[in-house]
Amino acid sequence: MDLTINDRTVQVTASEDTALLWVLRDLLGMTGTKFGCGIALCGACTVHVDGKPVRSCVLPVSAVVGKKITTIEGVGSTATGQAVQEAWKKVNVPQCGYCQAGQIMSAAALLVEKPVPSDADIDAAMSGNICRCGTYTRIRAAIKQAAGQTGKRS
Amino acid sequence: MSAVLPRAAESGLSRRDFIAKLTAAGGLVVIGCKTRILAAEEAEKYGAEGMPHGTVDNPLVFIAIADDGLVTIAVHRSEMGQGVRTGMPLIVADELEADWSKIRIQQAPADEAKYGNQDTDGSRSTRHFIDPMRRCGAAARAMLEKAAAATWNVPVTEVHAQNHEVVHEKTGRKLGYGALARKAAKLPAPAHDAVTLKPAEKFRFIGKEGTALLDGDDIVTGKAQYGIDPWFEGMFFAVIARSPVLGGKVKHFDGAEAVKEPGVVKVLEMPATVADAQFHTLAGIAVIASNTGAAIKARSALKIEWDDGENGEYDSDVYRAQMEKAARTAGKVVREDGDFNSAIAKAARKVEAEYYLPHIAHATMEPPAAVARIVDGKCEVWAPTQAPQVTREDISKHLGIPFENVTVHVTLLGGGFGRKSKPDFATEAAVLSKAMDGRPVKVTWTRDDDLHHDFFHTVSVEHLQAGLDASGKVTSWLHRSVAPSIGSIFGPDPKHELDFELGLGLINLPYDIPNLRMENPEATAHTRIGWFRSVSSVPHAFAVQSFVAELAAATGKDHRDFLLDLIGSPRLIDPRSQHDSWNQGESPKRYPVDTGRLRRVIETVTREAGWGSKRGLGLAAHYSFVSYAAVVAEVEVDKTGYLRIPRVDIAFDCGPVVNPDRVRSQLEGAVVMGISLATLGEITFKRGRSQQDNFHQYRVTRMDTAPREIRVHLLPATDWNMPLGGAGEPGLPPVAPALCNAIFAATGRRIRRMPIRDQAGAAL
Repeated sequence: MDLTINDRTVQVTASEDTALLWVLRDLLGMTGTKFGCGIALCGACTVHVDGKPVRSCVLPVSAVVGKKITTIEGVGSTATGQAVQEAWKKVNVPQCGYCQAGQIMSAAALLVEKPVPSDADIDAAMSGNICRCGTYTRIRAAIKQAAGQTGKRS
Repeated sequence: MSAVLPRAAESGLSRRDFIAKLTAAGGLVVIGCKTRILAAEEAEKYGAEGMPHGTVDNPLVFIAIADDGLVTIAVHRSEMGQGVRTGMPLIVADELEADWSKIRIQQAPADEAKYGNQDTDGSRSTRHFIDPMRRCGAAARAMLEKAAAATWNVPVTEVHAQNHEVVHEKTGRKLGYGALARKAAKLPAPAHDAVTLKPAEKFRFIGKEGTALLDGDDIVTGKAQYGIDPWFEGMFFAVIARSPVLGGKVKHFDGAEAVKEPGVVKVLEMPATVADAQFHTLAGIAVIASNTGAAIKARSALKIEWDDGENGEYDSDVYRAQMEKAARTAGKVVREDGDFNSAIAKAARKVEAEYYLPHIAHATMEPPAAVARIVDGKCEVWAPTQAPQVTREDISKHLGIPFENVTVHVTLLGGGFGRKSKPDFATEAAVLSKAMDGRPVKVTWTRDDDLHHDFFHTVSVEHLQAGLDASGKVTSWLHRSVAPSIGSIFGPDPKHELDFELGLGLINLPYDIPNLRMENPEATAHTRIGWFRSVSSVPHAFAVQSFVAELAAATGKDHRDFLLDLIGSPRLIDPRSQHDSWNQGESPKRYPVDTGRLRRVIETVTREAGWGSKRGLGLAAHYSFVSYAAVVAEVEVDKTGYLRIPRVDIAFDCGPVVNPDRVRSQLEGAVVMGISLATLGEITFKRGRSQQDNFHQYRVTRMDTAPREIRVHLLPATDWNMPLGGAGEPGLPPVAPALCNAIFAATGRRIRRMPIRDQAGAAL
């Protein structure tokens, strides 16, 4: 199968039903995308497919052939992705950092859709991403900062 | 040692030290018994020096300076989100007079003989290692100054280091650290007590705002390496079907279907563990495949018949009833002041309440995972471990190879919270690599593995009684705590809380009550009990802080005023007078309980939160990990009973603060974790099996249910002679009771059973 990941074409040999997550992590060694639950409950594995956030742990690789896949390793090449990454650093969002790849992918997709999200928009877009360290208030602040709003540190 | 910061280490017992002695004794409680402490007080080691391998402050171990001036600092403590990989280098760099932009870090492998203690637990990295790290930086600075003085042939007193170079003021000559490094490295490191530390007013990084995380770039670009991430060409990926019941064994298995799945390489039974303690690997069947997805799929095709063993009937509902029965009967007395029984008999009023906290799971976002390979009889492991040395020791034992032949690379931890102090998952990787002729094997725990086989937070019933006089003053207090002990994973089940569990908020109650009685009836463990962030402080504080609010309500007094009255006047309490011989492993002289500081966090948090001027506020305060924390939660419960938490305030005093941003982030995290366990956290057992499979059943707080605003009020000490307290854990215990007290304030509903779920009115 040919896959387009971060604007590059790669060839993989995998069963059609293999989840994209394992193709990325185990077959291609692209480990920035994280495993957290395996059934689309935690958002750690979030990637973009044609710009939309999806949970790669439940997405069969055969479903993304011919589509544009963006991962945490490539999201910084978009203006929004970069703004989100910069805001994340400025607000010192991460604690352990493990869920943050998925958080950043969800946030970048939100900001493409809604450049100035309301708190309710943030709740709706980000509540699928779990952070056990509890960085939610800083994620909210960083999203607002990336959106050019006043991000206020708690 | 420094005139600025007296050595924190008068001595103490670390978790591991304690355990080593516990196991050696084949049972219990040789350590910590009062007579021994009193007899051996002078010989007792406290703080960092009480931990296995103590501390190392040799600059040549921790600091390397390249010709281009880049400074690489070894970080020997594990990073799990607390910011230690920024905090430790920040301390070194300050004393080194380094340019922060030229600092790089390297994670130290497991090697306590070289680096000192590496057990990252107990909220003690900063308080135990600020001193040695300062001495490292200062010693290296002195060596650089000496090298420059020798180069210029001038007295060393005429030169000084500043911003990554050494300057000779008289002539204006300067030499960069890169140019001096080789010469400096050949000089002897100054003796431990010949190092001069800078005065606190000259700190440039310590205690200052604005330090960016050194791992920030790697984390936001996906480059950061966790234990689940190492990847080698041709490596294997494994998952394991483990015994669903603690102590269970494989009776029979059939892997014929599983091995037919595409990508499966091998199905094998896990070798029997070498030790009988529950700290080690569990019995099970491993599936090894070309990717983790294939291994997970094949595992579901395994047919396994288990012999459940003696815990096969464990049922958390039945167990709760047993604990309640025990909590209503007199048990082992662990502290007695005055005469509770006659005092309560004379009380004008008696109040009684009982609280329940179920098992909870750590659910680190990175589930347990590790990679191992074996080449020429030498095993290399990559693991997200809080206990590097123990990981190395255990793997050496399990593989039957010398300790020297095991290398443990410590990766970033995708969350720890105490789970990753137990290295069973790393041992699994090593054992499976051995079974695959040394090829690299990655073991990944799925989320259901994590929730089924965690070292769970203990389950507890806390029974409290208080007698009040006619004026509403508390004159007698009984607290009976029933909870299976963490001691059960190290050897024979002690069936009673150990000293460190009792000392987390049960016996060391800092209240001015003349007649106190604490009891600890027997409880047997039926699953693996482990450290969970703040450990026994979670149930103890939930019970005590809820009960105080109940007493205030019963007397019609303001909760804050009532709590301050109960604490009494500002004073220093010797923990030994509270029968607390543990005291977090710290010197009782250096770390007494300071009720003035406890009062101050309560006064601060209530003032900042608008206490008295708002509805729906709840308060709680707790002393743990030698730090003081008080929380006010604000709740709104709408007409349908739906609970919202608009804001939480937390005031915190851990003495001097090295990196305020990371202390604040730890407290923000503690608030969210406290709300999560209070509102939703529960693991239940039927037929010995954990009933929660994934985040739909073990729910946790998310963006939409987290407090919208968390305000952290640090009370940092400006006096660096004050000993430091912990920061990772002590914010957590007051959160759940503050929340329940707020729900009571808003609705009149008193919640005594966690989690809250629908008890506030509507389902969460």
